[in-house]
Amino acid sequence: MSSHAVSHNDVIHFDPYGKKLGMWLFLFTEVLLFGGLFIVYATYRFMNHEAFHEGSAELDLVIGAINTVFLLTSSLTVALSITALQKGNAKLSVNLIMITILFAGAFMMNKYYEWTLKFEHGLFPGMEHYNQLSNGEAQFFNLYFLMTGLHAIHVIVGAIILLIVAYHIKKGNVTKDRYIYLENGGLYWHLVDVIWIYLFPLFYLII
Amino acid sequence: MSEEHGTHIVEYKFNILIWIDLLIFTLITIEIAQFDFQALTVVIALVVATIKTYLVGTYFMHLKFENRFLQAIVIGVGILFFVVLFFLFTDYLYF
Amino acid sequence: MTAIPQSGAYVNFYQEKRGFLSWLVTEDHKRIALLYFWAISVFFVVAFILGLIMRLELIAPGRTLLDPQTYNEVFTLHGVIMIFLFIIPGIPAIFGNFSLPMLIGAPDVAFPKLNLISWYLYVLGGILALSTLLYGEGPADTGWTFYAPYSVKTGTNVTVAVLAAFVLGFSSILTGVNFIVTMHQMRAPGMSWMKMPLFPWALYATAWIQVLATPVVGITLLMIVAERTLGIGLFDPALGGDPVLYQHLFWIYSHPAVYIMVLPAMGLVSELLPVFVKKSIFGYKVIVYSSLAIAFIGYFVWGHHMFTSGMSGPARIIFSVLTFLVAIPSAIKVFNWVSTLYKGSIEIRTPLLYALAFIFLFTIGGLTGLVVGALATDIHVHDTYFVVGHFHYVMFGGTGFAFFGAIHFYFPKIWGRMYNQKMANVAFSILFVGFNLVYFPMLVLGMMGMPRRYYDYLPEFTLPNQISTVGSWILAIGLILMITNLIRGRKGPKASSNPWGSVTLDWTHTQSPPTLYNFEKTPEIERGPYDYTDYEAYIKKNLQS
Ligand code: HEM
Ligand SMILES: [Cu+2]
Repeated sequence: MSSHAVSHNDVIHFDPYGKKLGMWLFLFTEVLLFGGLFIVYATYRFMNHEAFHEGSAELDLVIGAINTVFLLTSSLTVALSITALQKGNAKLSVNLIMITILFAGAFMMNKYYEWTLKFEHGLFPGMEHYNQLSNGEAQFFNLYFLMTGLHAIHVIVGAIILLIVAYHIKKGNVTKDRYIYLENGGLYWHLVDVIWIYLFPLFYLII
Repeated sequence: MSEEHGTHIVEYKFNILIWIDLLIFTLITIEIAQFDFQALTVVIALVVATIKTYLVGTYFMHLKFENRFLQAIVIGVGILFFVVLFFLFTDYLYF
Repeated sequence: MTAIPQSGAYVNFYQEKRGFLSWLVTEDHKRIALLYFWAISVFFVVAFILGLIMRLELIAPGRTLLDPQTYNEVFTLHGVIMIFLFIIPGIPAIFGNFSLPMLIGAPDVAFPKLNLISWYLYVLGGILALSTLLYGEGPADTGWTFYAPYSVKTGTNVTVAVLAAFVLGFSSILTGVNFIVTMHQMRAPGMSWMKMPLFPWALYATAWIQVLATPVVGITLLMIVAERTLGIGLFDPALGGDPVLYQHLFWIYSHPAVYIMVLPAMGLVSELLPVFVKKSIFGYKVIVYSSLAIAFIGYFVWGHHMFTSGMSGPARIIFSVLTFLVAIPSAIKVFNWVSTLYKGSIEIRTPLLYALAFIFLFTIGGLTGLVVGALATDIHVHDTYFVVGHFHYVMFGGTGFAFFGAIHFYFPKIWGRMYNQKMANVAFSILFVGFNLVYFPMLVLGMMGMPRRYYDYLPEFTLPNQISTVGSWILAIGLILMITNLIRGRKGPKASSNPWGSVTLDWTHTQSPPTLYNFEKTPEIERGPYDYTDYEAYIKKNLQS
């Protein structure tokens, strides 16, 4: 008999801590991906102080604040869903994930509405109003669309990840004793939240 | 050989408490933004955001219950980013 | 980790599964290493040929072979392939993948599937990069640095080239994540951090740079794409952008990236020397800490690429000082290697020759690095052939030669056969002579003032250029000889499981070629990685049939 029948799982043990460490490392790369944009933001805000102020005045603080609350709450529901699964309540855990995804959807709807307004005002690059902006203000909107756009992509990806995790909880693959995938999905979601925590004051609250 | 993977459960109630804190800080950051502190405005905004991040990281992301190494690298990455910004601004500040 | 299931007869990782398809879905770190090996080798040869073409163009002043535009495209493609498809992934993805698990006594890496995904991303990136040859206005002509605003304005296929680099960066990140977790979680029982061999340590430091620096260039390249497709002015001064900021962002990654290129090579040299000197490495801990120090300080020296770009005075001074700081740990390593050789029973074999060449050529590269790292002298040689000479000494003379050395070192482990060692030494000598003939004149040309990135030059630069071009032919002959010798070596005499007499786990506890999960049972760590006291008895004790 040779080792033909041996599968990876016999040799490489299931290692939740390793998976978590891997997830954190991946989150670092996400932080630094946005970090590059924050560096650009810092530089251009430094160079165009007034223009960033004017640009910010065009954004709707209420929409931004509501979205902040949505994301913070969705972060809570993910955290709760982990607690639920740890306590063995798989059903509650799945429901909480579903609520999280609902909030993600609400966030995206809001975002969509906000971007539509900007489109109507011709503020997207290449549009009429945008072309009349000063260089500094145009830079503000460049970064606004890039950073919130990239963030929105992350919201969508995070929601998909959570959906997959929920499916696996339902199937019984992710359980009370083996919940690392939920934990990792949660970590990703919290990161999306954290990035928004910075985006919100940096774009909507410039005096 | 792997480090202990202790199951620490953060209670429902406690999570909700953190969430309320986060909402309060959101309110604070909006309110403060109505006043003009000149150059400090952005600093204050970032400090509040960092406090919020600390709450999310420590409790929602369970960093409080992770081993030292994981805590250290998370803080390390934050510091790294600010040191990079610092060196970058040795260019932009002195121009 | 518990005992690895016993296998009866010896079945190596090639025999485990057969057929082309089994390679494309494999999760075995050794097979993935070989997948990388073939892919990377192809790209290396392509870019090498592009280098030869450039040298041919430069055999005489004026136009010989290429028009200016084509020349620009050729050096860009040469640089992009060499950097993103050869030097950066080369050693970690091939030899890291192949030997890291074995060196730490593990059956595989932590995330085998992710490992395979990294390879597919690599291939996708490579295809994207080459595809720019086929359509539109031809491959990018910006240089591998894609400096704005030209990269935003040119009509060539910059967008796709930049996306290729982005995908390749992602591949590199995933490899880094994989290796860090592997080393944290899968070292054999008894292997404390300070008993881990030095190649893994170098890969560890490298992996952190891969994880922490690559995303910055990723987003920067995406910004170039955004600028080109949306017509916005992120870096275009006409629209209020700052092109110098692009350079900052680019080098925040690309300087640390030079350590992604060279640290693994340093690790390999530290691994090779004790084997052929039969003596412990001198200053193990110092080498470990210097790797970490290089990785750390290397993050904050990017500005030395921008001394003439219009940075502020204080910034230039700070970056110059930091650059000199980062040279210290590199120099320390050189002293360690030399001390390792001292009073050793040196056995001149092919891998050792390459390691020695590394030390010699890297030292030249490092010393010329001080010339370009010092503010005052860099003003004179910036953007001249001196820089081209400098980085080829570091990257090709350093990493490239270590890469060749690693092939010769791991050849019997990978293929279970031995190549013709005499011929390998001849090929080495020709490569070494050819290398210096190509690149030393470039240093001279730079001092004379010949700028880089031109298809043409003034008549007074003719002689060194001709020497360099003739040298490139000798280099090519050496390479062809090396490759044919290696290919024929796969039919050479059978190699034993430990032909070099090494005491690290990859040689003492595995077969040549290894079995699927490398070890019969999880090895126990009885001694330090480079403990050569009574090594013959130790090796005999663990000898594989
Ligand atoms: C490990 C191997 C090598 C690496 C990593 C490497 C890397 C590079 C890089 C990054 C550039 C800069 C491209 C640019 O300016 O955008 C370059 C330029 C150049 N390379 Fe290589 N290269 C290697 C091997 C070779 C070989 C084998 C040759 C010739 C036989 C060669 C000849 C040249 C020449 C002539 C230039 C200068 C082009 C110019 O500035 O006009 N390189 N190389
Ligand atoms: Cu550099």
